[in-house]
Amino acid sequence: MTTASSADPTRRDFLFVATGAAAAVGGVATLWPLISQMNPDASTIAAGAPIEVDLTPIASGQDIKVFWRGKPIYIMNRTKKQIDEAREVPVASLKDPATDQSRVKEGHDQWLVVIGICTHLGCIPIAHEGNYDGFFCPCHGSQYDTSGRIRQGPAPANLPVPPYQFVSDSKIQIG
Amino acid sequence: MSGPSDYQPTNPALKWIERRLPIMGLAHSSFVAYPTPRNLNYWWTFGAILSMMLALQILTGVILAMHYTPEATMAFKSVEAIVRDVNYGWLLRNMHASGASMFFLAVYIHMFRGLYYGSYKEPREILWILGVIIYLLMMATGFMGYVLPWGQMSFWGATVITNLFSAIPYVGESIVTLLWGGYSIGNPTLNRFFSLHYLLPFVIAGVVVLHVWALHVSGQNNPAGVEAKTEKDTVPFTPYATIKDAFGISCFMLFFAWFIFYMPNYLGDADNYIPANPGVTPTHIVPEWYYLPFYAILRSIPNKLAGVIAMFSAIIVLAFLPWLDTARTRSSKYRPLAKQFFWIFVIVCVLLGYLGAQPPEGIYVIAGRILTFCYFAYFLILLPLLSRIETPRPTPNSIADDVLAKSGGKAAPMVSAAIALMVAGSLFLGSAQNARAAEDDTPPSLKWSFSGPLGKFDRGSLQRGLKVYKEVCASCHSLSYIAFRNLADPGGPGFSEAQAASFASEYKIKDGPNDQGEMFDRPGRVADYFPSPFPNEQAARAANGGAAPPDLSLITKARSYERGFPKFIFDFFTQFQEQGPNYVSAILQGFEDKPPAGVTVPDGSYYNKYFPGHAIKMPKPLSDGQVTFDDGSPATVAQYAHDVSTFLMWTAEPHMEARKRIGLQVFVFLILLTGLLYFTKKKVWASAH
Repeated sequence: MTTASSADPTRRDFLFVATGAAAAVGGVATLWPLISQMNPDASTIAAGAPIEVDLTPIASGQDIKVFWRGKPIYIMNRTKKQIDEAREVPVASLKDPATDQSRVKEGHDQWLVVIGICTHLGCIPIAHEGNYDGFFCPCHGSQYDTSGRIRQGPAPANLPVPPYQFVSDSKIQIG
Repeated sequence: MSGPSDYQPTNPALKWIERRLPIMGLAHSSFVAYPTPRNLNYWWTFGAILSMMLALQILTGVILAMHYTPEATMAFKSVEAIVRDVNYGWLLRNMHASGASMFFLAVYIHMFRGLYYGSYKEPREILWILGVIIYLLMMATGFMGYVLPWGQMSFWGATVITNLFSAIPYVGESIVTLLWGGYSIGNPTLNRFFSLHYLLPFVIAGVVVLHVWALHVSGQNNPAGVEAKTEKDTVPFTPYATIKDAFGISCFMLFFAWFIFYMPNYLGDADNYIPANPGVTPTHIVPEWYYLPFYAILRSIPNKLAGVIAMFSAIIVLAFLPWLDTARTRSSKYRPLAKQFFWIFVIVCVLLGYLGAQPPEGIYVIAGRILTFCYFAYFLILLPLLSRIETPRPTPNSIADDVLAKSGGKAAPMVSAAIALMVAGSLFLGSAQNARAAEDDTPPSLKWSFSGPLGKFDRGSLQRGLKVYKEVCASCHSLSYIAFRNLADPGGPGFSEAQAASFASEYKIKDGPNDQGEMFDRPGRVADYFPSPFPNEQAARAANGGAAPPDLSLITKARSYERGFPKFIFDFFTQFQEQGPNYVSAILQGFEDKPPAGVTVPDGSYYNKYFPGHAIKMPKPLSDGQVTFDDGSPATVAQYAHDVSTFLMWTAEPHMEARKRIGLQVFVFLILLTGLLYFTKKKVWASAH
């Protein structure tokens, strides 16, 4: 916009430098709103507020899928068999080592809450499928166990656990 | 004028590019070494200003298009969402809307400069005609852009202008149907206007490239109207013209910033804050100010087709200027008669603009016809005549001589200015006298804490106003653009997040369908919007005698009243823009049990002193003692009216405080920058003088 800085390179006049600096500062300051407007706007941020999910309708062995911030979240009510299977696995042998205990809330061990986005290239894995009774991603064959950890296939990491806490024994707040 | 460049880069990478695509040489020969006359005045900076404005409009427009929804039921809301929710959305919207006005102001100055100095004459005819094409494209773009917010004026302005084409014999109606994409202005029209509004600025950019190319072939005109002959007549574009343009741009930005930050709605129409209603026509359909002279010409001719032809001819006649004015002397500086008539022509255009905004009644019609005749007479009779009979004054031998000579002839401009002013003044006064007699139902001007450059909302007043809204107005009026979370936003009533959540939870919000397919009620959350008291418009009408109570979110921006001449000029400088809250407050306090003698109010309506027509369907909503305030403020109607109007000003513009605060920072910066650029310009030009 402004080519205010002097075209004459031999005279470093303070005035020219000051004008050029002022124009540069103005340019950057003008640029900031033009970039910031692309960040999520206030209504998107408000819509991404934490949600509460009632766990009572989920029977043992069942799971539901809810959406938070546009992402699918699996909430699984695991059977004792599924919990034991998850805890028997030697942690060192996992591609992305993590204990099952670290992925659930203490005292609420049957509840697994994971973001249902495959860590390979982003498809939604199918629950209760695959060799580990966990999740199976149909796109490229990644398989997760009953703790949502990657066991087989090209995915590099476990299914992420979103921020959540138990509001009561039968209700969680995600986010 | 810009021949092959002598520019050769030293850097090997740049040399490699330059050999294959000599773009740096082109830029150098066109904007660095380019010889520009050394006697140019500041009227010549408007070319650069216009280039900057085009770039700015495209930039802000593309960004707005990231958030705007071009669909009839969502467009208005999406614009409000930009202003309220998008980061700096209010700034982007103000820049783009005010930018359109600034763009046209600059183009009119640019055109009048061309008229005065004979820039359309040989060899610059094609340059001039390309300019007329750019102007036409700008008018089309501006018109379609104004339709996009889908307000009342957007909709009805579009209806009026597209209906013009029905004047064409035989094919007129079919053309209009083709333009509309339906049987009336509707969603198809909006969609295609959005597409074309996005497209045309890039077409303009292309024609601008041709325009600058044509300019560089002949070289610039100059105030003396004498072509550059030797090197002594010119200076290289950089740094001389560059720094002068930069200074000009900076001054222009100051003026522009005044609109963006302090008077964003001054040039607009309050009616465009009302969502488009195909069933109700606004009392005065007025285009944006830059179309007003042509609107006046259109309405001056009693015949529909002739009016349309006259309006378009008023623009097309410009393209014929090089052949209408064949005087050998280029610049009006040396044409005493042409100079006086030029200024009269300027006044004619301004007066036509004024008339375009008046109702087509009485003396306005007569004045319009006279001035339309004057407008065409200037081009078709006067200029050709002057070419033959005028004896011009001697022009300087060269630009260099012009720079060295003293400027003379101060008396002549004053005489012509005096003549012009007398003509204008008499017309003005004539029309002012016959203007609608003031019955003094103008709402009184009240004191508002948020007025002026440092204005802020009084938090207590906002909170009291919210209480008045909730306990009184909310039973009939929705507030659908305000979400509960807005109560905790900075610059608002100052709720904390917890207080906003608690306030929201008192409301029952309809949600669903649930897994059984049924709708259900749940407590409100901060993300929810204030619920409407009625499920739909028909229910609202049925419960209120056929008149649906309007949504109040934008009411203080959607209502206004005439300030009259010369008040409206002072308002620009005093930043007066409180017509809305004055009006709302006046309405609330303007009920009278007995209408004055001779005034009858139909059944089902009530007399209100300030409501246009005096018969309002809303019964008196406020009485003393109706709402008690925790802070002990008086429980009077005047207090309620003041507080709820303040609250409604905030709901209409939640970011007002940020706008004024950032405006102050921008102004301080721009003043500093303008000062620095001024002294830099002086230093750079010291060597040229």
